This record gives sequence, structure tokens and C-alpha cells, in this order.
Amino acid sequence: MSLHIQHLTKIYGAQKAVNNISLQVGEGEIVGFLGPNGAGKSTTMKIATGYVPPTEGQVLVAGFDVVTQPIEVKRVTGYLPEHNPLYLDLYVHEYLRFIGSLYGIRGTQLKSRVAEMIDLCGLTQEQNKRIESLSKGYRQRMGLAQALIHDPAVLILDEPTSGLDPNQLLEIRKLIKEISRNKTVIFSTHIMQEVSALCDRVIVINKGEIVSDSSLENLLSLQNNETVIIVEFDGYDNEDELKSISGVEKVVRVEKSTFKIFSTAGVDVRPELFRFAADKKLSLLGLKQEEGSLENIFRQLTSTQEA
Amino acid sequence: MIRVIAKEFNSFLNSLIAYVVIGVFLSGMGLLMWVFPETSVLEYGYADMDTLFSLGPYVFIFLIPAITMRSFAEEKKSGTMELLLTKPLTDWDIILGKFFACFLLVLFALLPTLIYYYSVWALGNPAGNIDTPGVIGSYIGLALLGGVFCAVGMVASSITSNQIVAFILAAFLCFIVFTGFESISTLNVWSVNALVIKQLGILYHYEALSKGLIDSRDVIYFFSVGALMLLVSKIILSARSW
Repeated sequence: MSLHIQHLTKIYGAQKAVNNISLQVGEGEIVGFLGPNGAGKSTTMKIATGYVPPTEGQVLVAGFDVVTQPIEVKRVTGYLPEHNPLYLDLYVHEYLRFIGSLYGIRGTQLKSRVAEMIDLCGLTQEQNKRIESLSKGYRQRMGLAQALIHDPAVLILDEPTSGLDPNQLLEIRKLIKEISRNKTVIFSTHIMQEVSALCDRVIVINKGEIVSDSSLENLLSLQNNETVIIVEFDGYDNEDELKSISGVEKVVRVEKSTFKIFSTAGVDVRPELFRFAADKKLSLLGLKQEEGSLENIFRQLTSTQEA
Repeated sequence: MIRVIAKEFNSFLNSLIAYVVIGVFLSGMGLLMWVFPETSVLEYGYADMDTLFSLGPYVFIFLIPAITMRSFAEEKKSGTMELLLTKPLTDWDIILGKFFACFLLVLFALLPTLIYYYSVWALGNPAGNIDTPGVIGSYIGLALLGGVFCAVGMVASSITSNQIVAFILAAFLCFIVFTGFESISTLNVWSVNALVIKQLGILYHYEALSKGLIDSRDVIYFFSVGALMLLVSKIILSARSW
């Protein structure tokens, strides 16, 4: 077991940041921590890296307890903190050498590890620069490179892609995907696409509690208690006629002649709709089934808590 | 710890701090020692280095806090403290690493003043007429004082994430431990205990060392004050987990 959290609670002053969380992450898994701002994602990660002590509960990383064996825990984890702090006055090489040396990597091995990281993280062009002159995307790569330099078994990334432009976003994601082949990766985000792009398993946290812990497919199927079809005609506005089609439960007019057609889960009314259009001699401009989007699920999961 | 020292020292060299500190210290001391008539050895007529050893500590009061102020304050502000604390390092590794890096820089600033010793030695009439044991004792005293000031600076820097606050606090604390106790002891209120209070301050022990008699009590005093300050920084640093 790479990460084993049991009844973890963290209280900051009067605020319960994390409330009795238990979860397990197996070796080689890539897990997304999803949740709105202030949900407790970062706190959980900070506890798992040994930066913040838990108020209650136990956290084991690769079998080591974060409270009693912090040094061992830190040795096997790679951590990219939320705002990716870097020593801006150091050069790329210098910085990676320093971090590597903190993990006890020495001599030629250190040299080759640094070169490897620069290559892996795509920093070759920037390798002779000072960190302060790097752009945000490259700084993020630096953050990943320092987290990876000692080849950790567990990689904890706190919002690794926040604040990146779309190109950088894709590159960093690709990089994480590449790295994650032989490591346990736990990352947090509030961007839905990231989850679907990267991970096998999603843990949704809201207000310090786990609202959902399941595979991506399971999570997506959560919402499928109804099927939604979006249909667009060329000049047609009779809602009632649409409602009379067999299988249709509800019709909502979105635009002038675009409708959202709701039916029970599993019932596909698209053939019926097509025949309907053919019978009425209507031009059908669009016919599309709406995917159960993660955004909707996320909103559902995190807002029911408040109610 | 060695790694932290190396990195910190590298940062000093990378960020001009080292050159400015050494440059300012040496030009300041050089001017006082050889140029300004009021304090110049050349005008004074006696072959000794009192100017360096009596004014050096006051220059240190401003210079050392400037070196130490960034140690923790900057790391806290830029968030790199989180980075450092999630690496396999103990709190002591971090504190001692930073302390020794600062101390090393102070020693480097002090090193070139050995030339002054040679100059005064050569200029004496007859040449070599200088109180060498006194100079050695004074150097040891000044170095130890620099160490204590560095430790005080660590405390000030670990309290806050604002470098200016850290600087002012460190300068004030250095001033208090250096001459503060001496001045307090002159108050009439506790005249009975005046000597004890005086002995709490650095000045008393510093002056004792500069006489050339290296008394273990004085040396132990410097070491204990330094250790105490570092311990306070350690407590402040680990207070994050309370």
C-alpha cells in the first residue's frame, strides 16, 4: 500500500480542514484528488508529506508513519507544493543538484540524475538559465524535476497544472502521464478535464470529507439516471408534438428550434426522433447525445453537501 | 547539513550579498583604521588594533543582521520553507546549515583584516612591537561575537516572514546582548547585582578576551549564548506543528 490514511482529522484553530478521512492508494495507481477550493485537498497532501502534522488519525506512506518516521517518509516521496516554490536565485543545474544532494545522491550519479531530469522534463533549452528568468511553464517543470530527482515511489502533486496556458497544460499532463507508469501518483486539481485525461481513480473531497471515491467510469455513470439528447431542427418550434414521441419524458426548448430531449436512462430516442423528422419532412441539423459530464457530477456531489 | 551550508553560501555568492557585506565591512574598517584622523592608528601613536576591535562589533550589529535576515524570513515568504521541510532534513540540519553559512561569511569578512595586523606590526617602532596575545584574544572574541550575532539573527529571522522586521529585530537584539546589559547594570536600582548583570552581556566577556587571556569561562559564555539562541530558533521553527 503506497498511501494509507486512517481517520485523518486536521483542525486549524476552530476550522476543521479535514474531517475523519480514510483512504488507501495502492502501488502504481494514479489518483486524482478533486474538490472545490478550500475542500481540504492541500491539507491532506501536506499531512501526507510530513509538512503539517495531523490532529488525529494515522497516515502511512509506503509503510512509514508520517509522525514517527518523517525522514523515511520524505525520502520516498516526491512533492510538488501548490505554489511551486523555487530558489529563484539559483541556476537550473545548481538547483537540481542541491535538491538531489539533499536526498543523498552524490558524485557522478547526481550528475547523471540531473541530466536525466532535465531531459525528461524538457528543460534542455533552459538548462543554463537562472530559475528567475524561466517562464511559468518551465518553472512548473522545474518543480516536477525536483520532485522526481530521487526516483520516489510516491509522487504527490498539488495542483500541478494551475496557471498554465493550454499548451503548457497539455505538455505537463503528458509528462505526468509518462512519469506515472511506474509510480504511485496522487495529484489534486479542480479542473475536471484533467481528471479524465490523467487518472484511473477519482476521490472527490468537499468540506474536509470524502464525497466519492471510485473509478472514473463509475463516477461518470453516477449521473446516468436519464439520457439527454440535443436536437436541432431547421425552423420548428412545436414542443408538444415532440413530447408525444414514444420514450420522451421531458422536452426543454434551448433555442429557437433546438431542444433538449430527456428520456429514461438506457432508452435511446434518437431513431424515433429521426423518423419523426422524416415523417414531418423537417430538416434535421443536429442530433447529439449529451455525455454525463464530470462538471455536472462534481457540482452534484459538492453541492448536495450544503443542502 | 553540509549541503545546506553549501547552498546557502552559494546563494550569498550568487546574490551579491557576500561581496557587499565583505566590501562594506572592509572599506568601513579600512577607513576607520587608516584614514579618519579621529580613529586612525597612524594618528594614535600606539601600535595596537583597538580601532578594529572596539568599532568592529558596532559594524557587525548592522552587518550581520543584514546577512541573517533572509535566512528564514525569505524562505517563509517565498514558500520554499515548505520545500525544505518536505525534504529528508531535520530542523537542526536546516538551522545549523544556515547558521554556519552566515558565520562562514562573517569569518571571510574578518580574514583580510589580518593584513592590518601585519601592517601595524611592521609600522611599530621598533617593528614587531605589538601585543600579539592581545590581538589573538581579540580576534577570537570578535569571531565568537560574530557567531553569537549570527545566532541572534537566526532567531529574529525565524520569528517573522518579513525581512525588514527580521533585520531591525536582529540589530536591536544584538545591541541589547552586546552593550545593553552593561548599560542596564549602571542603573542605581540594582547596584548590588551590577556585576552579575554586566556579566550577562557580551561586552564584559569580549573585553576580557581582548586582554589576551583566553579564559574558558568567557569562551563558554559565547558558546552557551550562541547555543541558546539556536535552540530558540529551533523551538520557533518546530512550533509550526503545534
